[in-house]
Amino acid sequence: MLKDSDRIFQNLYGLKDTSLAGAKAIGDWKDTKKLIAKGREWLVDEVKASGLRGRGGAGFGTGMKWSFMPKETGGRPVFLTINADEGEPGTCKDREIMRNEPHKLVEGALLAAAAVGACAAYVYVRGEFLREAEALQRAIDEAYDAGLIGKNSCGAGIDFDMYVHLGAGAYICGEESALIESLEGKKGQPRLKPPFPANVGLYGCPTTVNNVESIAVVPAILRRGAKWFASIGRENNTGTKLFCISGHVNNPCTVEEAMGVGMRELIETHAGGVRGGWDNLLAVIPGGSSVPMMPKALCENAIMDFDGLREHGSGLGTAAVMVMDKSTDVVKAIARLSRFYAHESCGQCTPCREGTGWMSRMMQRMVTGDMTIDEIDMLQEVTKQIEGQTICALGDAAAWPIQGLIRHFRPEIERRINDRQSSGTGRAA
Amino acid sequence: MSTTVEQPADFKFSAENKKKLKGIFAKYPKGREASAVMPLLDLAQRQHQGWLPRAAMDHVAELVGLAPMRVYEVATFYTMYNLAPIGENHLQVCTNLPCWLRGSDEVMGTCKKKLGIDVGETTEDGKFSLSEMECLGACVNAPMMQINDDYYEDLDEASTAALLDTLQSGGTPTPGPQNSRKGCEPEGELTSLKDSKGKADA
Repeated sequence: MLKDSDRIFQNLYGLKDTSLAGAKAIGDWKDTKKLIAKGREWLVDEVKASGLRGRGGAGFGTGMKWSFMPKETGGRPVFLTINADEGEPGTCKDREIMRNEPHKLVEGALLAAAAVGACAAYVYVRGEFLREAEALQRAIDEAYDAGLIGKNSCGAGIDFDMYVHLGAGAYICGEESALIESLEGKKGQPRLKPPFPANVGLYGCPTTVNNVESIAVVPAILRRGAKWFASIGRENNTGTKLFCISGHVNNPCTVEEAMGVGMRELIETHAGGVRGGWDNLLAVIPGGSSVPMMPKALCENAIMDFDGLREHGSGLGTAAVMVMDKSTDVVKAIARLSRFYAHESCGQCTPCREGTGWMSRMMQRMVTGDMTIDEIDMLQEVTKQIEGQTICALGDAAAWPIQGLIRHFRPEIERRINDRQSSGTGRAA
Repeated sequence: MSTTVEQPADFKFSAENKKKLKGIFAKYPKGREASAVMPLLDLAQRQHQGWLPRAAMDHVAELVGLAPMRVYEVATFYTMYNLAPIGENHLQVCTNLPCWLRGSDEVMGTCKKKLGIDVGETTEDGKFSLSEMECLGACVNAPMMQINDDYYEDLDEASTAALLDTLQSGGTPTPGPQNSRKGCEPEGELTSLKDSKGKADA
């Protein structure tokens, strides 16, 4: 288990003072000026060396992403955009950072801006998180008043502004280019790439988009050193991570643990174990709704990091661990996720717009066994026609949970169909 | 924009809200006033009993310098803009997977039964509207619902009924978890940051 002294988010639960004074008492804003003075290259290299991979779900190297930002911009300003549009079912970690550790985000934003040469940061907070946005705004105001950000931030000779922008209820705005469109005052529909935001982002200017958690861990990495962060977890899967453990556990919670912690250890140490005991476990969705589920057999020895979960055909995603015990109607669970994706498709790409609705309707029928065995294969085939055929990853995200269900629970699906057939109300083949 | 909604002929920001406009526009670079469309729609909705009449969208379009159609596009794309009148208390029950696993059906059922309305409906006295929500991002405090701007978490049938009783009698329930938790920490003993109530080990 991760030692408390290695935990970055010392006030994750908001049990201590969340103001600037409280943040300073747990080490925030210490020597920020000195870190900035080490220069852009050092900042990027240090984050690269830490092995930090983006905490928003895709797991792309944060330092690598920063290194793509152009040094020559032809007079265009550079923007940092922070993705706080947290809405992936199961995920509720950025919320805790904003309301309990907002100064880590503000300080991290300043350091990230120094690393990519950005003049301002926009934090795109989902509209429903009004209280969290207010908490963050309070921290930003405190930082301005203390001279930590604004003109000559921290006395380090750089000017940096930070703004909160509220969304208004659209999951798709968590996709980075949809987020930028939304920030520009448009419908949140993802852009075709290239050009990538690093070259043509917000207002046509070079832009880096990072998740809240990725930014909030940067000050600790820079202060304690890339080596410290990289010493936690496994190669290519380094550092600490916020895990959100929800569903059928005795004590749902969010907790900071080492990357690579065992799934069972994570659930039993922090969430009080599976309701009714480990043997009552049916399946786990380990990384938010967009990753395929894992039946109990795969959960036994699963390692909670990017590569560990990929080995089992799933993914770490946002590290939102949704636990389902044996009382769960697993088909209904996935049907609910399908309805979610149908609701959230932005409607731009045909395979996703039409496909998510169709898949959702098929899944509703599957719940009651009102389909034929052939249609399972047809559904599987359609998920393959949606996956990879759309501008953004929402199509993939809608396809994978269904693929995971068919892969691991096909006998259960067939049982429902056969039961209905033998009751005389089934669908004709 | 349903044609059955009775639309006011005119909308103007109140004097108090007019003062806020400058601060909103100041967030965005010169020439990028369109970025203010979302905060302005939100401000208009708050001023107009929680819903956006067409006149408000037209007024926002004028202020940000966009064609009205561009503003309608935004107002219809995002789910938090209400295009028809809404109850004084907007009950928004999350029914996505993590909430469903922990009993959102009971929370929703309690709301329906106590208020006598279905999803998408408003009580006759205009006090309550009921909506089904997608994930609201409070999954370790499931099941939960949002009432107007606040989250009410760790619900069950009894606490949901109690919330509604408080609202019906004109009170304001205390937001946050409705059990013994403060936030997202495990209930009972902490499993990490055990000194949280004492001094930090920075």
